[in-house]
Amino acid sequence: MALPNHTPLNYRIWHYTYLTFCFLVFFFLIAPLFVILPLSFNAEQYIHFSSKMLALDPEGFSLRWYEDMIYGTKNPWGLATKNSLIIAFFATIGSTILGTVAALGLSSRHMPYKAAFMALLISPMIVPLIISGTAIFFFMAKVGLAATHTGIVLSHIILGTPFVVITVTATLSGFDHSVTRAAASLGSNPVNTFMKITLPLIMPGVISGALFAFVTSFDEVVVVLFLAGLENTTIPIQMWVGLREQLSPTIMAVATCLIVMSTLILVTAELLRRRSERLRGINR
Amino acid sequence: MSQEKILSSDGIPLEESLKKAERKNKLKAVLLVAPLFLFILIIYIFPIGDMLFRSVDDRMITKMLPKTFVAMEKWDGQDLPDEPVYQGLYEDLSILKKNKTFGKIIARLNYEKSGFSSLIKKTIRKIDKLEEGNYKEQFIKIHKRWGQSEYLVALKNTAPNWSYAKYLKGVDLKFDEKRNIIQQDEDRRIYKTLWLRTINVAFWVTIFCFILAYPIAHLLATLPMKYSNLLMICVLLPFWTSLLVRTSSWMVLLQQQGPINDLIVWLGWAADDNRPELMYNVIGTFVAMTQILLPFMVLPLYSVMKTISPSLMRAGKSLGGTPLVSFVKIYFPLTIPGIGAGSLLVFILAIGYYITPALVGGASGSLISNNIAYHMKSSLDWAFASALGTMLLVGVLAIYWVYNKLVGIDNIKLG
Repeated sequence: MALPNHTPLNYRIWHYTYLTFCFLVFFFLIAPLFVILPLSFNAEQYIHFSSKMLALDPEGFSLRWYEDMIYGTKNPWGLATKNSLIIAFFATIGSTILGTVAALGLSSRHMPYKAAFMALLISPMIVPLIISGTAIFFFMAKVGLAATHTGIVLSHIILGTPFVVITVTATLSGFDHSVTRAAASLGSNPVNTFMKITLPLIMPGVISGALFAFVTSFDEVVVVLFLAGLENTTIPIQMWVGLREQLSPTIMAVATCLIVMSTLILVTAELLRRRSERLRGINR
Repeated sequence: MSQEKILSSDGIPLEESLKKAERKNKLKAVLLVAPLFLFILIIYIFPIGDMLFRSVDDRMITKMLPKTFVAMEKWDGQDLPDEPVYQGLYEDLSILKKNKTFGKIIARLNYEKSGFSSLIKKTIRKIDKLEEGNYKEQFIKIHKRWGQSEYLVALKNTAPNWSYAKYLKGVDLKFDEKRNIIQQDEDRRIYKTLWLRTINVAFWVTIFCFILAYPIAHLLATLPMKYSNLLMICVLLPFWTSLLVRTSSWMVLLQQQGPINDLIVWLGWAADDNRPELMYNVIGTFVAMTQILLPFMVLPLYSVMKTISPSLMRAGKSLGGTPLVSFVKIYFPLTIPGIGAGSLLVFILAIGYYITPALVGGASGSLISNNIAYHMKSSLDWAFASALGTMLLVGVLAIYWVYNKLVGIDNIKLG
């Protein structure tokens, strides 16, 4: 963003103020995440930058909190991780299948009351989680699914589908329907056409929707707080409990792992987005 | 002129054949949407309906004191009721004592009028010793409050199956004995403050997000792709990171011995032994929520700004407008759809926020959602939690409706 030489001084000042402001906002967005990383390697008990750490003395750093996270006695993280992964896995599969199928219907130009259906199917994303949690809790308690994995998975499917519906309909909006007609004219049945033609083409949208659904479930805490019993504890629940009691370095270690995970997901999502744009012929 | 009908290959008129195909396609589309629709209807929409139902449902007490209320129908509510009411009470309370289910009724009646708790407990304790006949006299002998008509009026007031009392409580109103709506007692007025604070926080968080997001969305949209992609990570990484991780990073930053306080002390703005409280109050809620919701403002703004051709600004300048004038007259109006989308999204999300205020907000920074959770998990007043939830839901749906009108829900973009 170099300015031409003839730029008047006041524009120059204005321009650099603008860039500084932008820099500060980016810093505000990203810096808090990086506070956690060094603290998770702290050798001391406290969530504080010790003088040894600031002097970059190797003794100020240790992996003890990672050790505590994995091997610590009475440690909930193992069970929580297992539960989180199981729940997120099934919730992702459920959301992705239901959401993709519904998106196919919603993208058809024959679909009646499209806007109304869309608004209804996306509503779980808009309604505050506390309300969803309350309502789903009453329902699950009534049908005897409170404090079960099944109940949590079902509610996470609800919360995850809107993302799948949105990403897949977005992908389908640039979809060239003549290819499916071509397949049909060549004698392919609808299921075959879907599996061999449509699905590979909309795959980036489906996967990025699935990623959203996975993250939604993996990160979800409000509904689980209402539904979970001791056996169903998840990583977010354990973090919530830990944060309410005391900030501990072990939580920083867990948080660091989660940041690494979200970085991986971000990279995957970005690559998918670009691939999808390439496939749909959007060049920028 | 006779017009021959055009037939399709199998001999059916083309028009009919087309309609049939159309119907088939329509059915196919509906069938594809149906599974998700039914799923959401059963596990989501019906439960929300059930929640609305619970918020006005007051049948529990009617079911527990059936005979009393039947007898009370004939009573005008002026002087003390006659014998049948007391006989009904005797029969109902005896059954409750036998089944040991009087706990709920005590709580419910005491909520209606304090003093009922000891009244019912004492009556239930002595009810076995009563002799048949003349229950009115014997009841008054057990507890003199059975002879005060205001208690019986209060009891009669609980008779209707449906009640919107919980909604009144949600806005600091209540019924008096004569069923007039009056203000809640001074020391119990908390909900108006809570609603106002929630709206206030959501409003200012939206404003802050807008102020911070607009310049960086502009920068992202105008920079060459290779730089903007890199900077986009700064927006997307927080977006993909767990909410609890981000909240915990704010707890680390804002704590009394945390880096921000260290900086304030180092700059000499505060003494070391008098570090300002940045957390567990409304400051913490504001700062953390603004950072957490910022990506939801940046992304819609960015996607709108991306479509604005740079030649428009150049045209404005070439026609003699200063950069400020061209910005105000050309660029800004074109970004209004993005501003609307981002602001409504952030406002909707902020108004129902729960986790962050609960962790960094303390008492003065907690919002209506925290109160709903409190009534769900601690006070167990589920009907009241449902009423508060319904009120919040109505507000959110109203904004959602506006959003849908302005932006169109199918235009939401993610990443």
